[in-house]
Amino acid sequence: MAALINVPAKARRGDIIEIRTLTSHIMETGFRHTADGKLVPRDIITSFTCRYNGTEIFRADLFPAIAANLYLSFFTVAKESGKFEFEWIGDNGYSSTASASIIVE
Amino acid sequence: MNAPVTRRNAILGISVAATSLAAPSILRAQSAGRVVVVGGGFGGAACARALKRADARLRVTLIEPNKTFIACPFSNEVIAGLREIEAQQFGYDKLAGAGITVVAQAATAVDGQKSSVTTGDGTAYGYDRLVLSPGIDFHLDALPGYDEAASETMPHAWKAGAQTLLLRRQLEAMADGGTVAIAIPANPSRCPPAPYERAGLIAHYLKTKKPRSKVLILDAKDTFSQQRLFEKAWKELYGDMIERVALSQGGRVTSVDPATRTIVTEFGNYTPDVANVIPPQRAGHIAGIAGAADATGWCPIDPVTFESKLVPNIHVIGDACLGGGIPKSASAASAQGKACAAAIVSLLAGRTPEAPRLTGICYSTVAPGYGFSLAGSYQPRGDIFAEVEGGATSPVDAPRELRAREAAEAERWFQTITAETFG
Repeated sequence: MAALINVPAKARRGDIIEIRTLTSHIMETGFRHTADGKLVPRDIITSFTCRYNGTEIFRADLFPAIAANLYLSFFTVAKESGKFEFEWIGDNGYSSTASASIIVE
Repeated sequence: MNAPVTRRNAILGISVAATSLAAPSILRAQSAGRVVVVGGGFGGAACARALKRADARLRVTLIEPNKTFIACPFSNEVIAGLREIEAQQFGYDKLAGAGITVVAQAATAVDGQKSSVTTGDGTAYGYDRLVLSPGIDFHLDALPGYDEAASETMPHAWKAGAQTLLLRRQLEAMADGGTVAIAIPANPSRCPPAPYERAGLIAHYLKTKKPRSKVLILDAKDTFSQQRLFEKAWKELYGDMIERVALSQGGRVTSVDPATRTIVTEFGNYTPDVANVIPPQRAGHIAGIAGAADATGWCPIDPVTFESKLVPNIHVIGDACLGGGIPKSASAASAQGKACAAAIVSLLAGRTPEAPRLTGICYSTVAPGYGFSLAGSYQPRGDIFAEVEGGATSPVDAPRELRAREAAEAERWFQTITAETFG
């Protein structure tokens, strides 16, 4: 499943808007063992970035013990029409991107 | 006449063993005590009866505004047109006949200091022990847009009665090809498997009457009770008719707009033809008035006696209490009612109540003749009930004969628990 993004389609200049993202990921801690004693290798998302018309406005570094299916909600100020770009990077070369547009009036 | 209390009820897997091996208690004065029970559902009615049975001299008052009780178990079959609401209705005559004073009023105030309950008509009832079994109310602050008026267009059908029939009428009025959405809240909530039972039974109705329609589940949970059993049954019986959007797929409902019948989730809007919105829940209103509910909206209890952690001499049973591992079901409420009665009889006699072991069973029907069950055993551990050995869930891979047998067992369970409580 691709990431889910919720950015308001329209906002007034200066409005505080909420951005929500959800991406399916196992977030395997690397601390668990299988029934036959083998370590289950770590497999997590390690960083998340959000850019608003190219400028980074939010970043999160992520660690083991964060739940599966990463859900992030954060706020920003609607300044201008354009594009939000989202990027998730993780173990084993994991990389995922998404984007959403906003019209600011 | 003041025999030690030794009760053992074992009926179709619903049992309470609250055995007291204590020596016969000191004889008390003629007044054995006054117990007021608020709420005449499976918990309250079972408790009132068990109290009277344990000690006929107890003055037991049951305060319940509805003259007719409408049972929730099997009400999903009423929604799906498989059963009539009359089969869900029970009266309190037998309770009155057993010497219980049945007051057809709503409890409106509780004074813990004066040990008194006031009803809507202004009458005050003093008690030595009060049992609150108020069931659930909806936590409307947690679902913007939803209120009593909204429930007329987007029925919850989570308290059996007019709402059950409203949802049924909406299904009957819907055109073939429509979508029925079921919005499911996070736990704790009343009868956690019941929304999924409902999805299956609605799908059965649609498959029979409106085969191009579908059921859309918007779920605030990722996993749920007996999930593999439900999902296998849905696939087997209804193919792709039931679609579920789980929490991690954006299924949590955050608000509703009854004017446009819109359900808003964290990541999108839905406008189904029929919107069954089950709101987040909390303990029945009177529990809050009595001061027995905490910030969670539910009532913390001592699991041995069901006495409130917040207000002395008030006991809370059924859906309203924070039971830990024990699910909020009719069977659990009934078991709690009986165990609470045994504890109260002990307390009034100056004895130390024994820790109860509760057994609850929960049947789900996915189609006529297709059922499965979950049975659990629970014991006090710390402040809550913890599940202990002895539980069982129906196997995921089982022949249809077993599913048919469990569907028949479910019906017998209902006949038994309602006969035991109201008959």
